[in-house]
Amino acid sequence: MSGVWVWVEQHDGQAASVSWEAVGLARTLADGLGEPVTALVFGMNAAALAQEAIQRGADNALVCEDETLAAFRLEPYASLLSGLAQERQPDVILAGATTRGSDIMGAAAVDLKAGLIAGAVGAELSDGRIVATVPVYSGKLMSKVTIPEGSPQMLTIRNRAFAALEPDAGRSGEVETVAPVLPEDEIMSKVVGFEAAEGEISLTDAAIIVSGGRGVGGPEGFEPLQELCDVLGAALGASRAAVDAGWISYEHQVGQTGKTVSPDLYIACGISGAVQHQAGMRTSKVIVAINKDPEAPIFKLAHYGVVDDLFKVVPALTQAFRERLGK
Amino acid sequence: MRVVVCTKETPDTAAKVEVDADGNVTWGDAPLVINPWDEYAVEEAILLKDRGVTTSTVLGVGTETTKEALKHALAMGCDEAVLVSDEAFEGADTLVVSHALAQAIKKMDEVGLVLFGRETTDGGSGQVPVQVGRWLGWNTLTFVSKIVEIDFEAGTIKVERLLEEGKEIVEGRLPAVVSVVKGINEPRYPSFMGIRKASRAEIPVWSAAEIGFDESLKPKVTWPEIYALPPREGECEIIEAETAEEAAAILADRLIAEKVV
Ligand SMILES: Cc1cc2nc3c(=O)[nH]c(=O)nc-3n(C[C@H](O)[C@H](O)[C@H](O)COP(=O)(O)OP(=O)(O)OC[C@H]3O[C@@H](n4cnc5c(N)ncnc54)[C@H](O)[C@@H]3O)c2cc1C
Ligand SMILES: Nc1ncnc2c1ncn2[C@@H]1O[C@H](COP(=O)(O)O)[C@@H](O)[C@H]1O
Repeated sequence: MSGVWVWVEQHDGQAASVSWEAVGLARTLADGLGEPVTALVFGMNAAALAQEAIQRGADNALVCEDETLAAFRLEPYASLLSGLAQERQPDVILAGATTRGSDIMGAAAVDLKAGLIAGAVGAELSDGRIVATVPVYSGKLMSKVTIPEGSPQMLTIRNRAFAALEPDAGRSGEVETVAPVLPEDEIMSKVVGFEAAEGEISLTDAAIIVSGGRGVGGPEGFEPLQELCDVLGAALGASRAAVDAGWISYEHQVGQTGKTVSPDLYIACGISGAVQHQAGMRTSKVIVAINKDPEAPIFKLAHYGVVDDLFKVVPALTQAFRERLGK
Repeated sequence: MRVVVCTKETPDTAAKVEVDADGNVTWGDAPLVINPWDEYAVEEAILLKDRGVTTSTVLGVGTETTKEALKHALAMGCDEAVLVSDEAFEGADTLVVSHALAQAIKKMDEVGLVLFGRETTDGGSGQVPVQVGRWLGWNTLTFVSKIVEIDFEAGTIKVERLLEEGKEIVEGRLPAVVSVVKGINEPRYPSFMGIRKASRAEIPVWSAAEIGFDESLKPKVTWPEIYALPPREGECEIIEAETAEEAAAILADRLIAEKVV
């Protein structure tokens, strides 16, 4: 049993940023265990990512390029991962806790009869085993989670919980090509279309999020928030009340039944701060609340608060940042 | 054709969840409810009645309290419920739960589709659906935001999936395992008649032996410690100013000084 593996997720040749965070974590774990880090890159035209993985901390890489792997599909990806793991017996396998990461790791864990810890925000070693920290009860509590025996120890990590390493052009390592394991006719599904999401910054990757709630009053109420987003390079979030009212699409919802986010800065505008909303954003580094009601629960969580009409404060804030950031 | 919906109970989302002196998780007198994500799966099963489904079966692995979630699904309109319960599942991780669910599904006839919520609000791993799909060896489509087409006779399904970068359209074979996201439908409230029917329902309980559960499969994952997050240090600094412009200026300076902008 040796080696810390990272599955590097990519879409259209673009790596998911959480994959580099996983490589960063793998480096720390591998150094503690005295084992090498191997990056696994599957896809078409994705081989360049193997080099980047090495520059970002991996020692070597396994690459599989094939038509059947062009778009992510569960069966060819999971079978490839579990097949390689059966053959080479890694000690640890890491991936992002994304939609694809959860798919491939869940299925491979069944093939390998391996323990899987999902959605970690912390991980350390204790006697050669991983002890992870995982939010449970929708982030209301935390749990230590571990796989006391056996390998591989499989772990998915949340976005922005671990630091990626800056690429170091001086690093090099062996890249080995491996063969796909499933022919097209054994794969039960086909991707026939893709529609890219509007809004260029994804909520879970964003360093800054500006969110609006029922207080924005209607779909047009998000416009001043979007302007603030543009100046800050932020992503636009929303409470469930705003989503349920049909003012903004569900992709923007933050909270227990939406996305869990952990940005450096979270600006809540016209959001009362219900527990279900807090569940999705309470680990943000700095929280700002803009709300007319000084009694709103969001102020108990926030680091900075402005008790005033958001339609006055948000445009003023946009203007203040425009001046200070020279935009 | 049968559709199976998998669900379990979770503490009400508004509950104040705490850890007591013995390290056990408590939620006061808050009720156990159907896992909110699963209501979308139940609704979708009911809607499929118009599209070739004859029987909808709601299935849970758990204990007596799991019946609350199963009864909610019956009250919404599912036809029958099955509880799988056994001491063998003590301390179960997703590998064990998903194996039990898959074995119970194998015991049922004519299953064309298995529906799941996207995750549970307590454990919240979101791993169970894909793992059930893998145990069964069926086409598995997670994070489905729309069933575009489903043809049980031809054995085909076409769905829209919600991924990080956008919406993906996928075609595939039946039987399939599908987890659904919010937005796929608007779950109905149980009707009065439904609630009455559900309260009288006798829910059969299947044991590990009855479903052919592999007892050599033991949980691999343990949770040695659960704890509450330490309360946030420090108070909220309310920015006091005469005008919104002044408040905004002070706030902008603070945030730049904090190096978060
Ligand atoms: C099962 C379940 C799951 C849920 N999941 C989620 C979830 O994932 N995410 C989520 O967000 N919620 C979720 N909720 C809903 C949650 O309980 C709250 O209802 C919701 O978060 C409230 O949204 P809000 O804060 O925008 O609205 P409100 O609570 O109505 O708050 C609006 C706030 O805006 C302020 N305001 C109004 N006008 C202005 C103005 N002009 N300027 C400044 N302030 C103003 C008001 O003072 C008020 O505090 C869930 C609920 C349930 C039952
Ligand atoms: N014990 C269980 N019994 C039945 N269904 C379950 C159980 N646990 C999880 N599920 C289903 O799997 C989904 C994902 O759960 P999880 O992987 O635990 O987050 C849930 O929304 C349910 O549909």
